[in-house]
Amino acid sequence: MTDPTPYRRPYRQTQPEYFYPPYRSTAKRAPTRPLVMPPQTISEVTGPLFGHEDVKPEEADLTAQHAGEPLGERMIVTGRVLEETGRPVCNALVEIWQANAAGRYRHATDNHDAPLDPNFTGCGRVLTDGDGRYRFKTIKPGAYPWRNHYNAWRPAHVHLSIFGRGFMQRLVTQFYFPGDPLLPYDPMFMSVPDERARHNLIAEFDWEHTIPEHAIAYRFDIVLRGRDATPMGA
Amino acid sequence: MSLLLTAAQTVGPFVAISFEHTQVQDVAPPGVSGERIVIQGRVLDGDGKPVEDAVLETWQANGHGKYSHPEDTREKLLDPAFKGFGRVLSNRHGVFRFSTIKPGRVPGPNDVLQAPHLVVLVFMRGLLKHLVTRVYFPDEAANREDPVLGLVPAERRSTLVAARVGDGLLEWNVVLQGQNETVFFDY
Ligand SMILES: [Fe+2]
Repeated sequence: MTDPTPYRRPYRQTQPEYFYPPYRSTAKRAPTRPLVMPPQTISEVTGPLFGHEDVKPEEADLTAQHAGEPLGERMIVTGRVLEETGRPVCNALVEIWQANAAGRYRHATDNHDAPLDPNFTGCGRVLTDGDGRYRFKTIKPGAYPWRNHYNAWRPAHVHLSIFGRGFMQRLVTQFYFPGDPLLPYDPMFMSVPDERARHNLIAEFDWEHTIPEHAIAYRFDIVLRGRDATPMGA
Repeated sequence: MSLLLTAAQTVGPFVAISFEHTQVQDVAPPGVSGERIVIQGRVLDGDGKPVEDAVLETWQANGHGKYSHPEDTREKLLDPAFKGFGRVLSNRHGVFRFSTIKPGRVPGPNDVLQAPHLVVLVFMRGLLKHLVTRVYFPDEAANREDPVLGLVPAERRSTLVAARVGDGLLEWNVVLQGQNETVFFDY
């Protein structure tokens, strides 16, 4: 078998460093020894693929998982999963999780003094279609405090996990909302060195997908690592 | 065309609300052929404290050394019941555990065979982007000629090799920092 065509190295400054002192938890968890740089083999360019047998359509609607409707601003989230080359990634698995409208997660260790919503769990999954498009219906999450530094607040955000064509494309990220005054104070957002890459983590208001008298839409496109050529016969 | 790569962000402390119910702790369901193994271990931070909120994702070939993926074009047997993907969370003692089968050998650079291994991705609060590492098997002669292990400084290789602690039971730890820091890869 010919060696697999490698995925491009992450484009410079688009990714945070492991050790980023303003985010305190990195101090005891970031590796301190040099990373080893092997060539990409068949083990890395492959990875789990998902299909419609793995994901139910209703998992894309976080507002319909309970008897009643969750409180908060209804929101549609759409976007495309693309490779750096512009090629859409179809059947990418996109998983999301988030706080409720009050800024509280349904998790035992979230002790923020804000109400839980009995009608909101806060996680969903969807597969991209043939054009790499995905769509969720949910509610807009609230900002929440954390103990990273004095009076620290996470800007409203949604966590996303994406499986593309192989482990080299694996990505976990978060998207934020336009105009949030908390963004420049957030060490996670600010950990992205390149200003354009940082700005790309902010979803855009999406008038076209906004449903009149029902839900505001936001658009968040996701770009995974690409490769420069396809190997013969692949 | 060149689009700007999306930045990674941490999974944060509450990833379990999404990943707990999508765990895959039995990578090889009954009926899958191969040597059955359980891999267990702990995730430890720079103070040696257990990491209670880590996620490990594993990827491996089947017992014949074939990946369930179209890019593996070799004529080898696929096992329809075996996908090769695992996802486990660490508990409050930092302990994780999953069962699988020992993978067969797959080719590396220039078709030199690699020793049996699993690829492991590590996610947790405090990691702004995930870590990539591998688990190799003890008492495996092929480890000596593995092209990836060969790139790792000799004194650190043991961090990638599981230890046999019982019949079919292997121990392998993720040590984030310090003297026995696990080797992580940068691709
Ligand atoms: Fe969060």
